[in-house]
Amino acid sequence: MKRRCFFRKSLFVLGSLGVLGGGSAAFAAGWKVDEKLPNLATFGLEGSLPELKGKVVYLDFWASWCAPCKASFPVLSKWQQEFSAKGFTVLAVSVDATSSEMSAFLKKYGGGLPAVRDVGQQLVAAADVRSMPTAFLIDRKGQIRVVHNGFREKDEELLAGQIRALLAER
Amino acid sequence: MKLIGKCFLLGLCFWSGACASVKPWQREHLADYTMRPGRDPLSNSISEHVWFTREAFAGGRGVGGGGCGCN
Repeated sequence: MKRRCFFRKSLFVLGSLGVLGGGSAAFAAGWKVDEKLPNLATFGLEGSLPELKGKVVYLDFWASWCAPCKASFPVLSKWQQEFSAKGFTVLAVSVDATSSEMSAFLKKYGGGLPAVRDVGQQLVAAADVRSMPTAFLIDRKGQIRVVHNGFREKDEELLAGQIRALLAER
Repeated sequence: MKLIGKCFLLGLCFWSGACASVKPWQREHLADYTMRPGRDPLSNSISEHVWFTREAFAGGRGVGGGGCGCN
């Protein structure tokens, strides 16, 4: 009887730990829609940040080892060319461990996109992204309006529409 | 006995606390080509043969056999 009780208690403790662990993941901090984009200059990013003030920004967290990121870059380059005159910019934030990995990728797929490297992975930890890539669409006032996880071919049209809508806002 | 139980529980708590989740941006090594189980066709077929030989008697991969390794 005592032994059974002990095992029950053990199971209860294990269960509680599981619940606590799961709960902390579910209520993880991170950037959410309607929040202000923090000052990126305070995160020790490698590379020069483009001017973001008053622009619609597509802030994309990517890595050279991430396959969907490769698929997304030609689309990002296309948007950069198409919308930059209207006050839009892409900011590609690499979470690569080394700058050589990042530059090799950019050489192949970059197409001149503004890119920086999150050296200590502080920015991506603050954003607490759920997948790679994850993009944040930010309006002209610096407010996060869309959080987009991953990248598939069919997302191009949807995201382009959201960019156009934000560009139309004054 | 109670003391042993408490020590066990305490140890269990410490052990559970050591578990860490890998964040999406930390998956560089997991995404590496060498982490793919089917990256080498030859090694794949050898492993498959060993597995099949061992498990065929239980109907592994849908084929019956004696598990004698003579297939």
